[in-house]
Amino acid sequence: MRTRIFLTLLLAVITFEAITVNAAVLPEDRTDVLYHRYEGDNITIEGPSVLVRKQVGKSFSVTGNWYADLITSASIDVVTTASPYEEERNQYSLGVDYLRGSTMMSVGLTKSTESDFDAETWSLAITQNLFGDLTTVTLAYSLGDDVVGMSTDETFARDVARQVYGIGISQILTRNLIVNLNFEGITDEGYLNNPYRSVRYLNEDGASYSYQGEVYPNTRTSGAAALSARYYLPYRAAVHGEYRYFSDTWGIQADSWQVGYVHPWRDNLTFNVGYRHYQQTKATFYQDLFPRVDFQNFLARDKELATFTSRLIRTGVAWDFGEEGFGIFSKARLSFFWDKMLIDYEDFRDLRVTDVAPGEEPMFQLDADVIQVLFSVWY
Amino acid sequence: MKTGNIFYRLARTMLGLVCVSALVGCSNFEPWVKPYERDRLADPIMFLDHDPVSTSYMHHVLESREGSRGAMGAVGGGCGCN
Repeated sequence: MRTRIFLTLLLAVITFEAITVNAAVLPEDRTDVLYHRYEGDNITIEGPSVLVRKQVGKSFSVTGNWYADLITSASIDVVTTASPYEEERNQYSLGVDYLRGSTMMSVGLTKSTESDFDAETWSLAITQNLFGDLTTVTLAYSLGDDVVGMSTDETFARDVARQVYGIGISQILTRNLIVNLNFEGITDEGYLNNPYRSVRYLNEDGASYSYQGEVYPNTRTSGAAALSARYYLPYRAAVHGEYRYFSDTWGIQADSWQVGYVHPWRDNLTFNVGYRHYQQTKATFYQDLFPRVDFQNFLARDKELATFTSRLIRTGVAWDFGEEGFGIFSKARLSFFWDKMLIDYEDFRDLRVTDVAPGEEPMFQLDADVIQVLFSVWY
Repeated sequence: MKTGNIFYRLARTMLGLVCVSALVGCSNFEPWVKPYERDRLADPIMFLDHDPVSTSYMHHVLESREGSRGAMGAVGGGCGCN
């Protein structure tokens, strides 16, 4: 009942916001070509992402995106319970923004395909500028339908339905400071576990262990809220920070904070550095080693549901050129980002170490590098 | 359950702020930061999402490795001054 009242109010506000009039702008016309590469825990994921955005008439902007992942995996999950594999994922997105006064309405469709997973997501968002454009309010909703398959069983197909509700407020506080408050609620219903993953349990002899398939609940509801700020320094540089809190019905609680610094150098170079700290508690049905088979109705040993702390260090540089214009383009930019990710797990053990008793293996650690090379042109 | 209530209250408060701002936004509001004083906020170094493709990719990387999801910047707006 509470949810229904909330949604009715949300719809009323969306309608009211849509008929108020002020002034806003459509996103810039640009094309981005990204090469991305993730490498860590014997997994390599790389590929391109291409985004094209173009204004159509005075009120519409159309955007299209193709994103691909080429995956080669021999991760700890794979080497302990399965075989190394190669996989390809392609994702296509199409979106339209419509500007009317100070109201921007956006609709989008994203489709993702891989050999054992298909996803389709529809999204709707309304953005409204208020108070002489000091305040920007965004209301967003998306609806996703996924089909989970298995490469070893062509007949296996399970559905997942996902809904995302979002509210965002962006506020100019001074001529140097802008802050944002975002909230997102997500509900999932359907087959939520990975069909390939297993949990381990102690055998009756107490000196060895076996595996059985994971069993997750069929529903999950989560909420996340983030407060961020960006400040312009006196010598043309910027600092930014964010705090985010997350909680869900599986018992996971997480929070993160991050800080960053942007420093332009001369006319064409911009340097970025940043640090992000993240920590989470485990899901209530997660255990590294269950005492016996079928120990409880829900079972998980997915390291993303474990207790861990993650640190991310970012460095980046961007080079702006062609600002006098060339051909049909008004300017261009070449960017390079390197993110170093370190994760320390507190209850996920490294099963590649076999010369110790079950439950005595060392804790697993993840050390990953994320590289991005981005070329952008504006027109 | 307790944290669920916190999020529900937060969402309700934010929705209330949106309702109030929608009503007040129709009046002749005098902004305390004038449009001609927003040159710094319009500088690209102040953009919240200067490279959407890169931002979207990093969110995908983080959500693949972590148990949490949402509020990673997809909802928020900008300063409306670019």
